[in-house]
Amino acid sequence: MSFDIRLPIGLMFLAIGVLVGGYGAFGGPSAVKPGEPNVDLIVGALMVAFGVLMLALTRVRRGQG
Amino acid sequence: MTLGAVDWGVIGLYLLFVLGIGVAASRRAKSGTDFFLAGRAIPAWVAGLAFISANLGAQEVVGMGASGAKYGISTAHFYWIGAIPAMVFIGVFMMPFYYGSKARSVPEYLRMRFDEKTRGFNAFTFAVMTILSSGISMYALAKLIQTLHVLDGPFAAAHMPQTWIFHAAVLVSAAIVLVYIYLGGLRGAIYNEVLQFFLIVAGFAPLVWLGLRQVGGWHGLQAELGPAYTHIWHGMGSAATNRLGVDWFGLTMGLGFVLSFGYWCTDFLVVQRAMSANSMSAARRAPLIAAGVKMFIPFVVILPGLIAIALTATPDRPGASSQPPGAIVQHAPGVIPAKVDATSGKPMLDAHGQPQLDYDLATPNLLLREFPTGMLGVGLTALLASFMSGMAGNVTAFNTVFTFDIYQAYIRRTADDRHYLHVGRLATFFGVAASVAAAYLASAFNNIMDLIQLVFAFVNAPVFATFLLGMFWKRTTGHGAFAGLIAGTAVAALHHGLTLPMDDLPGVKGGWLAVTHAYPSEMAQNFWTAIWAWSGCFVTTIVVSLATRPHPEAELAGLVYSLTPKIDEAQGSWLFRPVTLGVVMIAAVVVLNLIFR
Repeated sequence: MSFDIRLPIGLMFLAIGVLVGGYGAFGGPSAVKPGEPNVDLIVGALMVAFGVLMLALTRVRRGQG
Repeated sequence: MTLGAVDWGVIGLYLLFVLGIGVAASRRAKSGTDFFLAGRAIPAWVAGLAFISANLGAQEVVGMGASGAKYGISTAHFYWIGAIPAMVFIGVFMMPFYYGSKARSVPEYLRMRFDEKTRGFNAFTFAVMTILSSGISMYALAKLIQTLHVLDGPFAAAHMPQTWIFHAAVLVSAAIVLVYIYLGGLRGAIYNEVLQFFLIVAGFAPLVWLGLRQVGGWHGLQAELGPAYTHIWHGMGSAATNRLGVDWFGLTMGLGFVLSFGYWCTDFLVVQRAMSANSMSAARRAPLIAAGVKMFIPFVVILPGLIAIALTATPDRPGASSQPPGAIVQHAPGVIPAKVDATSGKPMLDAHGQPQLDYDLATPNLLLREFPTGMLGVGLTALLASFMSGMAGNVTAFNTVFTFDIYQAYIRRTADDRHYLHVGRLATFFGVAASVAAAYLASAFNNIMDLIQLVFAFVNAPVFATFLLGMFWKRTTGHGAFAGLIAGTAVAALHHGLTLPMDDLPGVKGGWLAVTHAYPSEMAQNFWTAIWAWSGCFVTTIVVSLATRPHPEAELAGLVYSLTPKIDEAQGSWLFRPVTLGVVMIAAVVVLNLIFR
């Protein structure tokens, strides 16, 4: 099986998502700007979801457009 | 603004993955085909995303935000008219010749179709141009990092002078791109471009979301900025009534036809991505898939500019409630700062006594203002990723053209594959080193760089006429093509020398021969220079071709439309055939134009 780019993309989004989302959840006041939503947590969670999706796609038949 | 540990963590993770992909790709970079063409094994969607990512450099991200702030949503013309139709055209009509001819580069196609001199002219100008543009964008990135002051703290803590920030930014970013291309070749570059593409979206889409919340959504933007900023066809009937200073004819012919087709259909930087695809049908679908994504990029790169200007009080905007009409704003508070004169330290004023805004800081400053620690790291990584994808595009196109169209053509004609692979790696190293040199040249002599870029714009303007005639008129000859390119370049220079944008002085902006016509804007002058250059090349190529001996038809099979068997795209459902995809893309872009008319 040859190299599948979805694997590193999935892993990277998972890692960055956990890092940023985790900071949003537990990082205290510096993680949220006053009057703004907790963007670290929201975007972090979305990045984790995207990472998981990419990893799941590597299990699907590769090479499809 | 200082970066927290989380921000550094994000940047670190990104760099780790980028280098890791380079190492993984190097295991499969054993032959010339691997290194220069990614083994012709790239799936359509990967080639398609790389196709846009290589073009989505930092200058594009920052520049489109700047144009959004200056001209408004009309900037989307650079995508919807200035890219999509050309991307559909190359996918449906031109890829069969590029891919089917087995040419390894665009200049090599020119040699197969025409002759050595046409190839040589294209190869040399292209090689120099890619090095210059990667150097200029490296300079822009380093300058931006300096301006944003994000590295001031760490440098002060390490007792290093602040001036080293520029050197560090140039050298570190160049070194990383060098490593992953040197190791993985085009495959390393393309895989990274896909990863970088997703990161760019992850960094800028949340910026648009947060920004729109602040200004009250799209309707809030419309109310704040007025129709000239938020409608792309507003006042396009005449150059005097819209912010771009161009009329609809100059826009559609100059940008939509000549410049757009000249770039998207002939520039090896993007075409190389499609040529690396794993089959003819993938190669044709790559630009079409790219078009489907490209048409939505304006929402990620242009909207930050509009949001930034809405959060900045300016005097020429009656909608800006905080300023009474006619008031002189001494310093523009808000996201976009005024340009400051380096010697006097005072804001620079325009002809009307108003401060000139530094639009290039629209997107970066919005990012610093909106993002908290954590997302700030993601945003800066997105900026870094856009820079690297753009630079890698230049470097891989350079090493291929240098190896096949300069070294193999003029220095050593026959050698084994290993030798050319070795030359390709050396060319990568040399290309990056030359880009660094160009970055320092740009920092020392900004005017010289403007002049060189201008000369290359003349060379580039007519090029699509040559390809159009070459691919679709079998009578076109090598002498005709070469004469056409020279004539088109000369016409471009002549037109520039005889015209001038209003409010500019004769010189590098034009009018250096005589001023016979004044354009309402520099953009209008650019578009018309391109239209004249294209026409000059088109006519000259036809006339000279008719006067010279045609190529034997047998030699043109697979290179010219009428002498190539039509490709049978029977496999797969009709929905994914190039023609169907092309029609869908054009229809979608028409809808976007109607929504934002």
